[in-house]
Amino acid sequence: MSVAAVTGFPAGRQKRVLPGFGLTMGLTLTYVGIIVLLPVIALVLKGAEIGPVRFWEIVTAPRTLAALRLTITAAALATVFNAAYGLLMAWVLVRYRFPGRRLLDAMMDIPFALPTAVAGLALTALFSENGWYGQVLAPAGFPVVYTIWGVAVAMSFTSIPFVVRTVQPILEDLEPGQEEAARTLGATPWQIFTRVIFPAILPAYLIGTTIAFARSLGEFGAVIFIAGNLPMKTEIASLLAVIRLEEYDYNGAAAIALTLVAIALALLVVSNWLQSRLTRRRVPA
Amino acid sequence: MSLVISHLARRFGATAVLRGIQLEVGKGELVALLGPSGSGKTTLLRIIAGLDWPDAGGLSFDGTDWLGKSAAERRIGFVFQHYALFPHMTVRDNIAFGLTVLPRAQRPGKAQIAATVDGLLRFLQIDGLSDRYPAELSGGQRQRVALGRAMAIEPRVLLLDEPFGALDAQVRRDLRRWLRGVHDSAGTTTIFVTHDQEEAFELADRVVVMNGGVVEQIGHPDEIYDHPATPFVARFLGLTVEVPVAMRAGRAQAAGLDLAALPRRALPDGPATLFLRPADIQPVPDPAAPFRVTETATTGALLRLVAESEAGCRIEAEVPRREARGLSVGQPVGLRIVAGQIFPGGAPSAAAPTDASRPLKEARP
Repeated sequence: MSVAAVTGFPAGRQKRVLPGFGLTMGLTLTYVGIIVLLPVIALVLKGAEIGPVRFWEIVTAPRTLAALRLTITAAALATVFNAAYGLLMAWVLVRYRFPGRRLLDAMMDIPFALPTAVAGLALTALFSENGWYGQVLAPAGFPVVYTIWGVAVAMSFTSIPFVVRTVQPILEDLEPGQEEAARTLGATPWQIFTRVIFPAILPAYLIGTTIAFARSLGEFGAVIFIAGNLPMKTEIASLLAVIRLEEYDYNGAAAIALTLVAIALALLVVSNWLQSRLTRRRVPA
Repeated sequence: MSLVISHLARRFGATAVLRGIQLEVGKGELVALLGPSGSGKTTLLRIIAGLDWPDAGGLSFDGTDWLGKSAAERRIGFVFQHYALFPHMTVRDNIAFGLTVLPRAQRPGKAQIAATVDGLLRFLQIDGLSDRYPAELSGGQRQRVALGRAMAIEPRVLLLDEPFGALDAQVRRDLRRWLRGVHDSAGTTTIFVTHDQEEAFELADRVVVMNGGVVEQIGHPDEIYDHPATPFVARFLGLTVEVPVAMRAGRAQAAGLDLAALPRRALPDGPATLFLRPADIQPVPDPAAPFRVTETATTGALLRLVAESEAGCRIEAEVPRREARGLSVGQPVGLRIVAGQIFPGGAPSAAAPTDASRPLKEARP
């Protein structure tokens, strides 16, 4: 009996290499539906109940605006830092061979593995006025704990692996011939980096920094310990949503959450669009 | 001589990849580095390019020491085996790259760069492709773009690493003739690496046969074909039949073999090895001869046969099938040798010195 007869495909039609497409696709869709899509839809419906006027009032309330502003600014700060430092770390891990490289490589994942609350506690202990860093920074007129800088530090800590881990494999797979070609054509090391290497890693780099930014926007556990959570000053948006929830103000919580979701989705759309623009014509023929 | 290579040596760890290379290449010459993988030919090319550095020896161009110069300062054009085109740039930008990275003071104006690129696109017959990306090109087209990119900087020497290695047979043959034409009309000095004997012989003015990090022979293709200098070159060029012979007064002798067609050789009396191409052996039916046909096979055009003597000597021959009358299994035959190469010493250990270097690995695939 032929494979076509078993699977019910007419002979001559292209057969799939692996069987079970229907089953695995169904499971995937079920998962995405229940775990990813449904909660977002529920949130949107909840938000829709509020009505546009009330929604606008909640979102533009001074305390909400302050929280959103702080969250976005701190996430932006963290992302700028991560973009620069993450690229550098990926570069060091890929391009140099040194003792302890594999250990360093493994350490990149610590922020992923560590419970964010633990990270928050540890950072707070370090940066508080009698901590190792804090006792140097605070007298120098640069307090970190209970400021926007503290928020940014916590966000950056938890999201930097996204940059490193997206850039690293692309950097590893770069064909050495391209750099050598650039060298024989007279390019300086800086020109090789800016004109040959960077354009090659840019799509992955954009994705990595966008995900890091989205993750920073939503970071909760690590931030609330170091931020001090002073309303109007160092209170992040997701904490405000929790506070509203505890006050049984479901509409307030939903409106703030929806705003965060909208920002995150917008980011992903923009980054995917940029990436597809950059890679459109590079697909091997 | 414009490019002079002397006593060049290179090791990768414990492996000696180049062991004292001597080579001179004249202006406008087209030279092939021919050898099996692991012979060090690509490493030699990379050292000439400034992408690798020797452990010992010298490399100079027009009297200037090139070992003190970077790849960029040497101004060479390098065409990589897999082209290494920049995937995010159009064909036009790829070819213009070498001009746009020049220091501002030396950089030609935008219009002039565009004119140079247009000229190259026409010269390489790819003017319709200027706005395509490398992913949208065929192998042969990529090859031309890679060559155009290397030629845009008007290189002193053009270096090509297995230029046709990644192409299919028909495109290979077309591009080979085309490359010869490009070389002749551009007048550059060109060195290319290949493991394909036919390619090297058809294209090059001179062929450098390499094996195990040493140069086995340098010469015009016909010269190498007719007079391989070492057992390695002989085998590499298809002289795969090795027969032990005895030298007497400059003439080779062996039972059942008619060696009258071979010229006298200034070799001492004693054992020697005769290297033959199967096609240079003519079996002649002869009831008194010590050889007997034991196997035959046909390719249509050719009849391949094996002749064995009572002494255990086994020789493969190839004759045009239509002329092979009476050559069936069991037929006693004498073997007339049309051409061959004799090296002193018994077979097959005679070839051992050059063969000992075989385990060398190709340093750069």
